[in-house]
Order: sequence, then structure tokens, then C-alpha cells
Amino acid sequence: MKYYEDHRKLFGTAIALFLGLTYFVAIAPALRNEAINEPLPGSEPLSSDEQAGKELYIANGCVACHTQQVRDIPMDASWGSRPSIAADYARSQRTDLWRNTATLMGTERTGPDLTDVGTRQPSVDWHLLHLYNPRAVVPESVMPAYPWMFQNTDMPAEGQKVVPVPDSYRRGSGKIVATEEALQLVAYLLSLKQVPLPDGSLTEAFAPEPTPLPASSASDGEASSTPQFDGARSYQKHCQACHQPTGKGLAGAFPPLAGSPIVLEEDPSKIVSIVMNGYDGRVSEGYAVMPPIGTTNNISPEELQAIVNYIRSSWGNDAPAAEIDQIRTALAE
Amino acid sequence: MHFNLLISVLASLWTEPGIWITVALLSLAILAAVAIAYSQARPRNRTEFERSSDSPRSAPTGGLIGNVDQSGKIHYLPSKKVGLPRPKIEPQLGRLVAWHIIAATAWLLFGTTVGEYLGVKFVAPDIDQVSWLSFGRLRPVHTNAVFWGWSSLAMLGLGYYVTSVVSNAKLHSFRFAWITFALVNLAVAIGSIALMAGINNGGGEYREYTWPVMALFAAGIVLALINFIATIAKRSTADIYISNWYMVAALMFLVTIVLVAYLPFWQQGLGETIVQGYYMHQGVGMWFMMFLLGLTYYFLPQQLNTPIFSYSLGILAFWTQIIFYTLIGTHHFVFSSIPWWLQTVAIFGSVGMIIPVAAGSANFLLTFRGSFHKVGGSYTLPFFLVGIVFYFTGSFQGTAEAFRTTNEIWHFTDFTVAHSHLTMYGIIAFFLWAGIYSIGPRIHGQEPPQATVGAHFWMALIGLFFYAVPLMIGGTERGLAWKSDSAFIESVTLMAPYWLWRAIGGTLMWLSHFVFAYNVYRMLIANKTSPASRDLQLNK
Repeated sequence: MKYYEDHRKLFGTAIALFLGLTYFVAIAPALRNEAINEPLPGSEPLSSDEQAGKELYIANGCVACHTQQVRDIPMDASWGSRPSIAADYARSQRTDLWRNTATLMGTERTGPDLTDVGTRQPSVDWHLLHLYNPRAVVPESVMPAYPWMFQNTDMPAEGQKVVPVPDSYRRGSGKIVATEEALQLVAYLLSLKQVPLPDGSLTEAFAPEPTPLPASSASDGEASSTPQFDGARSYQKHCQACHQPTGKGLAGAFPPLAGSPIVLEEDPSKIVSIVMNGYDGRVSEGYAVMPPIGTTNNISPEELQAIVNYIRSSWGNDAPAAEIDQIRTALAE
Repeated sequence: MHFNLLISVLASLWTEPGIWITVALLSLAILAAVAIAYSQARPRNRTEFERSSDSPRSAPTGGLIGNVDQSGKIHYLPSKKVGLPRPKIEPQLGRLVAWHIIAATAWLLFGTTVGEYLGVKFVAPDIDQVSWLSFGRLRPVHTNAVFWGWSSLAMLGLGYYVTSVVSNAKLHSFRFAWITFALVNLAVAIGSIALMAGINNGGGEYREYTWPVMALFAAGIVLALINFIATIAKRSTADIYISNWYMVAALMFLVTIVLVAYLPFWQQGLGETIVQGYYMHQGVGMWFMMFLLGLTYYFLPQQLNTPIFSYSLGILAFWTQIIFYTLIGTHHFVFSSIPWWLQTVAIFGSVGMIIPVAAGSANFLLTFRGSFHKVGGSYTLPFFLVGIVFYFTGSFQGTAEAFRTTNEIWHFTDFTVAHSHLTMYGIIAFFLWAGIYSIGPRIHGQEPPQATVGAHFWMALIGLFFYAVPLMIGGTERGLAWKSDSAFIESVTLMAPYWLWRAIGGTLMWLSHFVFAYNVYRMLIANKTSPASRDLQLNK
């Protein structure tokens, strides 16, 4: 065939076809999405520290294991209160002339998704300890440790953040203090929060299951009209990262719940207040400030009751179960 | 309660079409491995015994022992057939190809040593705490070194040879070829150091080198493209052999995707993600796969000493590969916030890939028709056969992964890591080794030792199975655990045994590369008047 004997025509056709399709699936949709998407009204640009933290996140390749996208499927509902939308990424612009835009959506979820980690885990102290060595707070973690973002010093200067590392994870002598880099990286992580949609709602229904598995429909049948919460599971989700599966906390960082007088108090109003509003009453003993986990994570009275009763009855604790009315009363205060 | 849920989810595994497609595909690959093992172990037919006993090594050389006549005796470990006696490659081209193979091998050793270390880090995360060696920085060093260093250099080296042979013309410019060689090596060296130092492009997979680094690489590829086209332009055949279609297309497409992905003045917001999906998948499909298909259309018939089964099937596969493959990039972002229609187009394209993959693999397998008995007596053909089987199974697995139902479970898990190794290693690396073992002995007339080629083959193949199968099982379990809403950390602990198996399989693969490097040394570097080479001279 003559056509296939002319290399200009043959290769010309191949590249023309490829360029046409490239325009259709890559160039045109990319340009259009650049043009039509704007940041949500409630979103804020990163501060200079947060931006520096984002650059550390990029430099250390965190995207290799952490996604930043809540997909529109029920499986991803644990990573955010709504699916990610295009506008969520509109603030990501080219880093500079040399480096591309970093939406950091990622393609591997070896570690948790971080779209909303600032809401889920707002404690600076926890993040610092976790960065120094993740296994100090989550023994099963396979995340790398980042000790080069910390320094050892005998005399921490005024305002330096001392990280209470348990002895078995400590390297070098003296106190371990966070460098500016570690604080910037944590600032960036805490800035990762989903922004409410413009109509004021934070939540938007996730798309239904593409293929409901028999197992999940069976469990739906068991569920009654009011949501049932498994206290152990909610504890694992919201509390365990700091207070540990043993309820013993971490010496010098997070106080134990096992045997804690506040937990064991017959009236649950104090513990309810701490979960919802945070607590700094034990900072003088060297413990970190407790963030208002219940409020930031929108914990319902029923889930709160499940958590409170779980910690009041585990690890040798034997306080009486709190009734839902007691919880509601405490919340009203 | 959640444990029960997990059990019932696991029990419903078999109702997932993707799962049984994958199991079927995998059993194909395992069956092929068993078949190759059988053909290698089987006593060979008589003519080949005669051939091996003709070897001058067993010829009488004097003395009592030397006078024992070995001809006619059965050899329990028969020697493999050496390359058909053909003229040596002209020294100028031979030197160019040899250096490409040697440099590619060096990058393979470097890149997979890094990969091996990364695999170990899943088992022992505190093995070091050095910033330059931390997981997030090293992972792209591994992927980019084996992509742009090992695979690309080996492809170019073999490609220079193939394009000039099938054009029946001298390579247009050796100067250009050497400049390309230097630029590509320079890009990978600088890129690797920059990544370890924490300088990268912002997170897109295989796009971690910054544009100034990738510009070196792209400049090299542009020179290679000119070199290939100019060689083809002065061909002394009327036809353009199909190998040249695939290789020139691959070079043109690589230049295109690098330009689209790296021009430093666009891709704000979601535009970056759309281009990323396009870039990462065109990189593997339109550069590595396309070029390798071109090489295989030359080397496979040459090694079988038979024409390709159907030239037309090759043409069909060429055009359908361009039409469908170009569309599939965004299947890496299914359910994300990129436009739904674009995701659907990608899934459509992934299904369409059945056409070129079936056409290509059927074409290769049918070229084997009537020659399967040759597999047992050859040390290059098993590599081709593995490459073809993984081309078929690995590519279909990619289609199976692209559907929304399967993507939901497998995406984000180690299943995709298994898939990328089944393809980039099972297809690309095995085809490259097949090509290198085909051409290597003809450069200085030195055959690699048969035993170490066999060791390389079996360690790489068994290692790949040990690497990929546990990751696929673990990845599936992990996806189902996420779906059953169990705690995230439980999905980490459930992976621990699979990560250990991956490290074991990876170690086998990694060690096989040192055996391969020794074979390259014996073919291309060792004393050029070694006994092996004298044998070959005598054979002629």
C-alpha cells in the first residue's frame, strides 16, 4: 500500500490522531476546569507557615502514602463530611516557576486520607510526637519517623515546643524540641479541613453504593430507627490515637483514662464538657491541651453516650452507665 | 460484629467479577510458567542432542581422557542453542548498543536496590531515620530510575539496532545517539539526587523530576526521534517495517506527553490532576509498551526464525492502541472530583484496550505456532513467552481494575502496586531481557553462561509471583475492610504478612538482577577472546 510506504504520511497520521485525542481528554478539560472553578467562599488561603508546611509535605513525598480526596462513595465517608469537589482544589496554583501545582490528591492510601485531618486530629502535641516517631502513638504504624525536624537540647529556650517522647523512642540526650520545620508541617496538617458548602451545610449525601454487598444489607436490617453506636469503635475513631487502646495514655503527653477520677465521677457532666469543649486543666502536670474533639467532629449525643459509657466501663473502670438524658442535660449546660 | 462483617464480605468475594477475572488471568500466567518449566526440563529431541554434541568443547584434544568420544551419548543437562550464526554487528553500532545495555543494567541495579530497600521499610519502618532515605523521597527515586534509566535506555539501545536493520540502512547519526545517551543518563542521575534532597515537582506519579531535569531527558528523546526518522527516510526497502511504526510513534508520543505535562505555565487546580492522569498512563502505555511492541515485532520472529503471523493484526493493534489508550488516563481518578464524563470516557477506553491487547498477544502467540518445541532449547524464547503472557494477562487486569465496582475496592491499595509490577516488570523487563539476550552475544560473539541465564529467568519470574500475588490478595482484603468500615489501622495490620511476602519476592527479583548483570558482563565486557567466544567462532 502506497500510504504505508510514505513515512511522512504514516507518522503524520499517527501523531495527528494522538494530538487530537490528547486535546480532547487532557488539554481541553484541564483548561476548562482551570477556568470554571473558584475557591469556596468559606475557604482561606494558606498562611505563610502553612504554605511552608505544605512545601515540606511535598519535599518529603508524603503524597506517596496519603491521599487528599474524599471520593463520592460511602467507603470514604470516614475521611470527611462530604465528597471532595473541584472547588476544593481551586486554591492550588503552581508552586513556582520550577515546580508544578500540587493538588496532592494522591493515588495510594497506605496511610489515612488527610483531606480533613485538621478536624479529625487537632492536637499539635499529638502531631509533633507522631512526626518524631509515629510508633510512639500508634504502635502498628509503618510511617517513617521524621527526627530530623527535631532537636535535642538541655535547655529549651523560651517558647520552644518540648515534645514529650516516651523513653523507648527517644534518640539522643536532653529534651527534644520541635524545629520550625516541624511546627510548619503541623500547621499545614491542621489547616487541612473541609470547608462548608456555600448554602451553609457541611454535609452532602454520598452517592449510593454502586454494588451493595449482601453483608451490608444484612446489617441494615438489624439497625433500628435511631442510630446505634458501638462505644469501642467510636473510642477507636476519636480518642484512641492519644489515650491509647489500653486507656493508659502516654506518660507526659496524654493522661490515662483508666482510673481517672474525672472519668469515674458519677455525674458525667464534666467528662461530657471535656470531650465537647476541650480541657487544659492538667497542663501544669505536663499533659497536652485536649482539643474540643466532640465539637469539631460533630459528635451526636448518642455517640457521645456510647463513648462515655465505654470509657467508664473499660480497663477496670466501673462507673455507672450514663443515661441519654444525663448526656443531654450536660450538653445543655 | 465487624469481624463477622469482614468474614461475610470475604465470602462474597467470588461474586465480584473483577476478582474472578483476576484469578483467571493469574492462573494463565502460572500455567504458562509451569509449561515453560516443563519444556525446559523435558529431554530434548534428537536433532538437538546431535547439535550439542557437535560442540567443539567435547571434541578430542589429545590425551587419554580427551580421546573419549562423547558424540552419540545422552547429555542429561543439554546445552541451549546459541544464536544462529549471523554476521557480527558492525563495531560502531555494537559499541552504541553495548553501552546502552550496560548503562541500563547499572540503573536497573540502582533502581531495584532502592525498590528492595523500600519493600524492607514496610516490614521495618525504623531501619533508618535519615531524611535522604525516607520512604516518601526514595519511592520516586525507585520508580523514575527503573522507568527513565533502566527501561528507556535499554529500549533506545535495542531500538537503534532494530531500526537500522529493518530499514536496511545505517543509523543516521551516531553523534546524536551518543548525545541522547549522555542526556538521558544525566537526567536520571540529577533527578535521583534532587528527589533525595527533597526537590520535586509536586507529587504527580512519574512526574516527580522537575522540568529542568526532564528537559534534559526530553531533549535526548527529540534527538533520538530525529535519528530514527532520518534512518527510516533513507531506508532501502519500500515498506516501513511495523517495528518502526511502533518505535517512532512511541518517541513522538513521549515528546508530546512530556511537553503537555511539563510546560510550566498552566495546570492550576484540578487541571493538574486531569493532566496527571493523562501523563502517567500515556507514559507507560505510549512510551514503554508501544516501543516494546515494536522491538518484539522484530526480535520474536527473528528468534523463532519465522515470519510474524499476521502483519495486518499488527496494524490493527497499532491504530486501536492509539485510539483507546489515549483515553484511559483518568481511570486513576475514578470517583474523584474530576468531571464524571471524563471518568466514563476513561473506563470506555480501558474496555476498548481489549482489542489491541488481544490482537497483539494473539499475533505473538500465533507466531510461536509450530515452534513451541523451540522454547525448551532456547534461553531467549522463555523471556518472550513470559512477556507475551503478561502482556495479555496484565493488560486485561488493567481493564478489570478500571470498572467503577472494582476500582472502588482496589484503588488506593497495594493491588495497583502489584499491577504495575506485573506490567512494567512482567511485560517490559522480560521483553527487554529477551531482546538483550538476543542481541548481546552478537556484539562481541560472547554467549552468557547458560546456567546463569536460567538462574536469572527463574529467580525473576518466581520472585514476581511472590511479589504480586500476596499484594493482590492483601490489596483486595484491604479494600473490602475499608468497605466494611473497619478501623483504618486494622487495614494496616492485616497487610503485614503480605508486605513480608512482597519483600521476600522482591528480594528474589532483586538478586536476579545481579545474575543478569553478570551475564551482561560476560556478553559485553569480559575478555573478548574467552573460550566461549572461541567456541562461537568455531561454530561458524
